[in-house]
Amino acid sequence: MIRRRRRSTTRSRVPAWVVALAAVAVLFFALPVIGLVWRAPWSNAWAYLTEDTALTALRLSMVCSLWATLLSIIFGVPLAWLLARVQFVGRSAVRALCMMSMVLPPVVGGVALFFALGRRGIVGQYLDRWFDLRLPFTTAGVVIAQTFVAMPFLVVTVEAALRQLDTSFEDAARTLGASRWYTFRRVTLPAIGPALAAGSALAWARALGEFGATITFAGNFPGTTQTMPLAVYLALETNPEQAIVLALVMIAISFAVLVALRDRWFIRAGNEPTRVQP
Amino acid sequence: MSLRADVQLRRGALDLSVDIEVRPGEVLALLGPNGAGKSTLLRCLAGLAAVDAGRITIDSKAVDDPAVAAFVEPEDRSVGFVFQNYVLFEHMTIAENVAFGLRASGTPKAQALATAHDWLKRVGLAELAAARPEALSGGQAQRVALVRALATSPRVLLLDEPLAALDVGTRAVVRRDLRRHLESFEGMAILVTHDPVDAYALADRVAILDAGRIVQVGTLAEVTARPRSRYVADLVGVNLVSGNVSEGVLATSSGARVVIADAPGGPSLAIIRPHSISLVRDHPEGSSARNVWAGTVAEIDRLGERARVSIDGLLPLTAEITVAALEAMQLRSGDDLFATVKATDIEVYPA
Repeated sequence: MIRRRRRSTTRSRVPAWVVALAAVAVLFFALPVIGLVWRAPWSNAWAYLTEDTALTALRLSMVCSLWATLLSIIFGVPLAWLLARVQFVGRSAVRALCMMSMVLPPVVGGVALFFALGRRGIVGQYLDRWFDLRLPFTTAGVVIAQTFVAMPFLVVTVEAALRQLDTSFEDAARTLGASRWYTFRRVTLPAIGPALAAGSALAWARALGEFGATITFAGNFPGTTQTMPLAVYLALETNPEQAIVLALVMIAISFAVLVALRDRWFIRAGNEPTRVQP
Repeated sequence: MSLRADVQLRRGALDLSVDIEVRPGEVLALLGPNGAGKSTLLRCLAGLAAVDAGRITIDSKAVDDPAVAAFVEPEDRSVGFVFQNYVLFEHMTIAENVAFGLRASGTPKAQALATAHDWLKRVGLAELAAARPEALSGGQAQRVALVRALATSPRVLLLDEPLAALDVGTRAVVRRDLRRHLESFEGMAILVTHDPVDAYALADRVAILDAGRIVQVGTLAEVTARPRSRYVADLVGVNLVSGNVSEGVLATSSGARVVIADAPGGPSLAIIRPHSISLVRDHPEGSSARNVWAGTVAEIDRLGERARVSIDGLLPLTAEITVAALEAMQLRSGDDLFATVKATDIEVYPA
């Protein structure tokens, strides 16, 4: 079995100032976590965590973020395929449009969603009038807000994988008698599987942490729209100790996702970081 | 009942305009330099690319005919494609790879796998059925790619440089196996290659594709006996001169004059074999050779007991002399000399 030879890495040829600056960066990310752990009311942690508001928010977060991930996969994979494989006029513009929520302040996204899907929004008014469907301030609104900010992460990851994939595998499948759909299921999907998993995990993590768009579009109602990040923010005003415990739970989840993804999904295959020879 | 392809296509620098026919049981080798359009032509035949104009028919059924907006998708063409780098599906076993085509067309899994095992047995790879493609050697992967294509019983078999990725030793063995399979294949087969040895061993006919045009079709012997392109001449290792014949002299566009024995007038091609060229330092007087061209040594290649001397001049030539002669003359790059050839040693035929 080939093992990664991380332990054999030495710093003998790495400039000291690089190490120093990098160490500051690591510290910068580590300190907030250390601060939370330091201040956490460990003796009461379990009690805070199992409080009704906390459990409700946690459950709501889980349900909504998983729905958002599912919607991101259902709509995001075809979008990624289109962006990667079909040349059409305005493709760059479409890509930019679909990626915009990655750089947009989430609150702005929430406001925009409100004017699109709210009761007086361009689409929302008809949803209301014809289907009696109101999305703002509902759990469905939370899912939509989360999907809005999370889907681009999946699209970017899957599109990159599709671009990297040698199309002759798909060509071979077609000449062997496979339809486009069969080819996609049996050849393309397995090949981009790791990227799809990584993209889904990133989208899920983003949905789980969503705050701005959610509070703007869906509000902050315990039980229906109050997700974990909202609960943390609220608890900060009323019960800071509980806020710390909830924050730590979120950190633990995020950290677990990133560790599960590991480096190999962020660093492309065959493009491993240069290792310094001992 | 044949494969007919009239293919007109422009892609970037490539301007492809080709008309070929392959009959059942026949193997046509497409030979030509890189960028000539060989692979693009195969992709058109397979349906992986559409022609701009023209018409492709398989057994008189039009599979691509822009004039009537007919285009049959690759999966419905009954065309098997063996890719240069085999493109075996990495996440499937060897047997699953071979069974893929049958599975895709709806054959039940057990039956498809049984057929795949039969095919693998025929190429002596039965014990590797459960292995992954990464475990295969180049020759084995080539055989799996071949039977994967054959398992769907295609009417047309396309092979894109099937032996190019193999080392010399394996190549001969795989070539022999491939020949056996092609001989028993009843459909139409096209083989793209840049190796005349492959064409000789595997194909019934050879088509030379150069810069998007078929410049010559025939058996390999016919094609190499009378090259019609610089590519074939280089392949065979002869000097090809094109020009216009009048009154026993072939005049090239660069102004060189080649005295020939007897040939009808008009645009012609002439072959000057490297070993029929003599080299001398001083202008020969009273020689029987009718052709004396001045030139400069551009390059000298030693090949065992012989040396090939490339000569720049009005008529660029490659001459072949013995190493002994080379050393006696003490030839170096940049030396001025004269190349002489007897008119009767030059073969001339209409262009």
